Parts: sequence; structure tokens; C-alpha cells
Amino acid sequence: MAKKMHDTPNLDQLESGPWPSFVTGLKHLAQDKDYVVDLLGQLEESYKTKKGYWKGGTVGVFGYGGGVIPRFTELKNADGSPKFPDAAEFHTLRIMPPPGMHYDTDTLRKFCDIWEEHGSGLIAFHGQSGDIMFQGATTENVQKSFDEFNEMGFDLGGAGPAVRTSMSCVGAARCEQSCYNEAQAHRAVLNTFLDDIHRPSLPYKFKFKFSGCPNDCMNSVQRADMAVIGTWRDNIRTDEGLAKTWFAKHGMDELVNDVVARCPTKAFQVKELSKIKAGEHTSTVAVNDTHGIEISNQDCVRCMHCINVMTGALAPGKDKGATVLVGGKSHLKIGGLMGTVVLPFIKLETEEEVEKLVDFAQRTIDFFAENALEHERTGEMIERIGLTNFLDALEVDVDASMINSPRMNPYVRTDGWDDEVAKINAKKQAA
Amino acid sequence: MNQAVQAAPAAKRKPKETGVPENTKYLHPTLLKNYGNWRYHDRPRPGVLHHVAHSGDEVWSVRAGTQRQMDVYTIRKLCDIADNFAEGRVRFTIRSNIEYIVSDEKKVAPLIAELEKNGFPVGGTGNSVTMIAHTQGWLHCDIPGTDASGVVKALMDDLYEEFRREEMPNRVHLSTSCCEINCGGQADLAIIVQHTKPPVINHDLVANVCERPTVVARCPVAAIRPAMVNGKPSLEIDEAKCMCCGACYPPCPPMQINDPEFSKLAIWVGGKNSNARGKPTFMKMVAAGLPNNPPRWPEVGAVVKNILTVYKEDARPWERIADWIDRIGWPRFFEKTGLPFTKYLIDDWRGSRYNLNASAHIRF
Repeated sequence: MAKKMHDTPNLDQLESGPWPSFVTGLKHLAQDKDYVVDLLGQLEESYKTKKGYWKGGTVGVFGYGGGVIPRFTELKNADGSPKFPDAAEFHTLRIMPPPGMHYDTDTLRKFCDIWEEHGSGLIAFHGQSGDIMFQGATTENVQKSFDEFNEMGFDLGGAGPAVRTSMSCVGAARCEQSCYNEAQAHRAVLNTFLDDIHRPSLPYKFKFKFSGCPNDCMNSVQRADMAVIGTWRDNIRTDEGLAKTWFAKHGMDELVNDVVARCPTKAFQVKELSKIKAGEHTSTVAVNDTHGIEISNQDCVRCMHCINVMTGALAPGKDKGATVLVGGKSHLKIGGLMGTVVLPFIKLETEEEVEKLVDFAQRTIDFFAENALEHERTGEMIERIGLTNFLDALEVDVDASMINSPRMNPYVRTDGWDDEVAKINAKKQAA
Repeated sequence: MNQAVQAAPAAKRKPKETGVPENTKYLHPTLLKNYGNWRYHDRPRPGVLHHVAHSGDEVWSVRAGTQRQMDVYTIRKLCDIADNFAEGRVRFTIRSNIEYIVSDEKKVAPLIAELEKNGFPVGGTGNSVTMIAHTQGWLHCDIPGTDASGVVKALMDDLYEEFRREEMPNRVHLSTSCCEINCGGQADLAIIVQHTKPPVINHDLVANVCERPTVVARCPVAAIRPAMVNGKPSLEIDEAKCMCCGACYPPCPPMQINDPEFSKLAIWVGGKNSNARGKPTFMKMVAAGLPNNPPRWPEVGAVVKNILTVYKEDARPWERIADWIDRIGWPRFFEKTGLPFTKYLIDDWRGSRYNLNASAHIRF
């Protein structure tokens, strides 16, 4: 039995209603833990005064410089002693999840046992960067709990100016839209940068995210410094049986209004069967005895909409790989940035091909480490130096897939034009 | 850098620098067997995904909502359900929903019944309102303007039935963020703290706590400069320039930006990460000045529900909020939702001219 609970009239109101309540969970923990009794006390104070009361500090585990988020209470009595002494230290351990966030129950139960013994008993699956967040341990218990998680085969994630914990979608494990082995790429890249994860020494954070298709379920385009998004080069595959099943259920109105009309490049047409033309770059499939679909794959931008609507009837092609975008980030400091295409297509089927992605990631991080200003994200650095300088440094050829449109102003010095054309022609001939 | 590292005696255990673990041992056996060979999926009912492999194997994934910040008892309960009603393998989605994977359709209905009996709503698939991506807030963050888990609990209570149904025009992703750093990320609809007054500086502390050049460099509008105040080195703010973003607060806590009254909440709509149909989009601010009103933030909930209700009635199938507004236009968005369009919603940050209407395209 723990000590008496503090009054929590505000938090109590978050126990009603149908959605699972974290307050009820905390109160359950508080039955046995003075630690959580005082955590609830401090949280109630925040609800009362509308202010936060945690400050950072330096807490870590032996051998690493990051991965623990230290929190010390700032709610003090007049004599400087903490108002809620049992929760005066409330540090979080960030632990990297397996790709796709799959678990067996044995592993989850072991996490619970360790965290019940050494921590608050509060675990978040998962934080916004993908970490399992073991929330609430004293400074003394951080090392003890980490040692046990580490013996289970789990490792600390990133914090501060470091390579951060990554996420990959369910992908090839369960999704027919997967265009590469997300888990393999995720591990190959991240495990190359363990030193940069565990010992923060970059200008600022660097995030990788791995989405298996352009639906980008990992939201990589707007939050990853390097987004690896699955795609394909050849024709959309079709399955006549599933196409007819879909059409029988949904009909012509839905095919026209929900699919044809929503194709962003008008690459998707419905035609009478007799008018459908097959071709090297055309996907065709009948939806009934009179009508069929004709897709001009050279006009298709791989947006995924028709495949999402008619899953199975339509599917990504077989020549799969990924598009790599660099520089996505959120607001601070210069405003939100989407990633920019730097590698329009790479294959990721063999280990050698994955190794090429790792090499590109390594060179990007090296360039970032040497050239970014303090607290400058990769996207901000590229904005400052210009994309072509970044591409030059990374030895990536320019490609018209990297832009929305060519420049709209004449403010550029073009006296190197003939040399550039000569270089491009020489490369073409050598290829 | 790290005091704990420096103070550690030599005998301390060295970490095993193992990195990201392999996931193969955690995968459901049917997922492992059919890895990379899935053919199609459908959704037999809200909250259930049915995947069919080229081998003919099938799995059903039952998705349930959680509170994300879970106590060990809740996690053990979820594990008991996995062991007794499913096949011992689970995964979590990016939005903190748990998925139970089973290879036998007969297990689906009892599993759903057990989850709901224990208070875990089954849903969050397809065109539902799924769980809110959120942050730490007062529970654990060092710079929060508001709470996260509590806001989410209050909103999901309101949106509970929309989580359990698939009745929206397309999927609806929500996020909340407790400061303008926006850790919650882009979403169809996002709730973000929006401060309305410059930070209040504790000049007694700045010299000891803050690296002043760093703080000066953080300001997006160059409104901060070094100054001597009461004989102490400190910082001052050009309040006419300051737009109250709070970027100076993390590197310099004596520049207190959070205020019980003046830290307001803003609503943003139309963010989309997917490439489906249009390119990914950033969300746009459509409402601000909402009070930070714990424990249930009713004013925020009312605006959120209003926008979602109008979207649900007005959007066509497969239109995300961004697609819907693309079709109806911003004037009608404000008209239909009844939200006031104020001058503060006209962008004046860098690149803002691209957000102005440079055409005669006007809907009447």
C-alpha cells in the first residue's frame, strides 16, 4: 500500500467517458507506489495552474551520452524542498522498437516487470519519434532498468543533437503495397549510426523514416531529414478477378467518381473493352464484359489513390525500390519544410543495393555534420546553401524529378552552361 | 557533457550497443511466412483488416484504441487478451493503436468482444477518426504550454463513436502539440498551442542559465538582443518584432513563454502526409485564441467537432480534409464552419506570396 492520495479534482474528471483513461491507469499504479501518488500530485498542480513543472538536466547511462530524458521537479516549497518529494526525479528512457513495432506478449510482460520494479510503471507505446518511452525513473534506477532492457536485446534511442530513433511501417510483413524490405533498410541504416545515436555530437537532430509506399504511413515526408518512400518504375499490376469483384460491388458511378476523377494526372481511364489499347507502358484490365481500365503508366505519378481504392485489383509494379527525400522538418526555426527528392529511384532488393542507401545516408550525415550551423536541420541547411551545392557535395546528378518547375527568375549566373551540357552529354555517351 | 558518465566507476556494466533489434522473432508466424508476398486486403468491419497472401494464407488484424501512456496493468491486460483470445502477437500503429493478428477468422468476434468488454474500443481503420498523435505535455515535457494526454482523452471521449465507425469521407488523422515546435506533426486537423504575448524574462537568471548568443540565434525574427539589465548581463526582446513563437524558451527557460491566460490554442486543418491524389500538404491555421481550459478543454472540442461534422456532411467519398477544401474553396470552408476569417490567417512569413490568390479564380 502506498501513501495517501492527493486530492485530484481536475484529473478525476478525466476518468469518466468511454475512451481508456491514463488517469485511471496512474491511480492504479499509485495504489502501490508513492512515486506515482506524487506524480499525480504534481500533474494536478499543472492542471490547476496551467503550468508545467519539469526541468531538464543531465542523467544518462554508463557509456552513452544520450537516450535518457532527465526530468527534475520545479515545484518547490519555500525552503527549496520538493513539494512532491517522491516524484522529484521522473526521467524517461527512450528504447528503440523493432521495425514495424511488432511484439510478442513475453517481451511486453518482461518490459512491464522491469519497469514495475525500477520505474513508475508507466510506458508509452510509442513516442512521436517511435521510441518505447519508459516514463518515470529516479536517477539511481535509470542504469538498473537500462541494463535489464539491454540484456533483453533492446538499446537506447536518440535524444538531443543526434541521429534519432527511426520508424518503419508494417510494410512487407503484412501490406500488399510494400515496395521494399522496410525492416531491413531501417536496421541497416540505423545500426550504421549507433555512435551518432548514443553520443550526440551533430549540429542538430537527424531523423530517418521508412515508408513502404507513397501512402507514407510513417509521415516521413514532413518529419524526416531523410525519408525513404517505396515506389516502383514499371507498370501497375492488375488482377482481373479482383477487378471484376470490385466492380460488381461498387459499380460504374464509384469507378468514375472515386477513381477516374481523382487520378491527379488523368492517367487512369475507363473505356469500352473494344477501345482499350494495350502497350508497353499501359496497364489494362476488364471490370466487366463491356468495360475496362486503361492506365498510362508514363503519366502516372505513383500517388497510390487508385491502388488504395481497388486494392488487389491494382497493385504496385514489380520493379520496386524507393524514392529518397531529404530535409523534412517541422516549424522551428524557418517554418515547416517537406523533404525534397534527391534520389528519384533506388533499388533496395539486394544487400549491395541497401548498402548503397547506407553509404548515401553516411555521406549525407558527414556533410550535415561538417556544414550545418548549430541547431540547423538538414532542410534549413539546404535552404541556406541551395540544393545544387548539396547535390554537388553528395555527387548526385541533377534530375528534373527533383523540382516542381524550373526557376522562375533570371537571377542566376549561367556562364558554366556549356560545360554542364558537355558533362551531361559525356555521361550519356559513357552510359 | 554527461555527469553520470563522468561519475561512473570503471566497474560499471558496458552497454551492448545492439541498436535496432530484428523483428522476425516478434512477427506473427503467418506474417513471417508470407513476408513480402501479400496480395490484397479488405475490411470486413470497422476495426478489422483482412489480408490475403499470394500463398492463400489469410490474417485478420483487430485494431483497438489505447491511452498510449499505459500503466503496466493495462499492458498486462492487453497481453492476457492476446494470449487467451488471439495468438500472442501484437503490434502498435503509429497512432498508438494496438493490433492483434490472428490466422483464424473464428477468433475475430470473441476477440473484439473481449477488447470492448475491457474498455478498449475496436476501430480506427479506414475512413474513421483514428487515435490522436500526441506529445507529452505537463506529464513529462520541460516546455509544455498545455497537457497532451488529457486533451486527447477529452477529445477521444467526444469522438469515440467516430473511432468505432467508418463513416467519414476518408481517414481523419488528428494531432495535438503542446508548443509551437509541433511534435504532434501534420494532420488533417491539429490542435497546437499559440502564445499571444512575448516571453516574460527573469533577468536574475539569464546570465547563469542561458548561453546568450545561442538564444539570440534561435529567434526566427531577430527580435532578441543582449542587454545589461539591473547591472546583470541578460537579454531583451523587441516586442514589436516578437511573434511569440517560444523558440527562445527551450534554450533559455528564464524567458518564460507559457502563460495560463495568454497561451492560447489554435486549430489547423488540411495537413496530409500521403501522396494519394495531391502531393503532401502542410496544414493551415483556421482558428486561434481558444482558451487553454483543463481538464477537458470544451471550447477546443466544440471547434474540432464542428469542423469534423461539416466535413462529414459535405465532403465526397475519398476526400481528405485538404481535398475537400480544395474543391469547395476557403471562403466556403469558413462560411460552412462559421469560423471567422481574420487578418491573422493571411500568411506573411517567407514564401507567403505563394499562399495568396494570384488569379481571378473566385467561387461565388
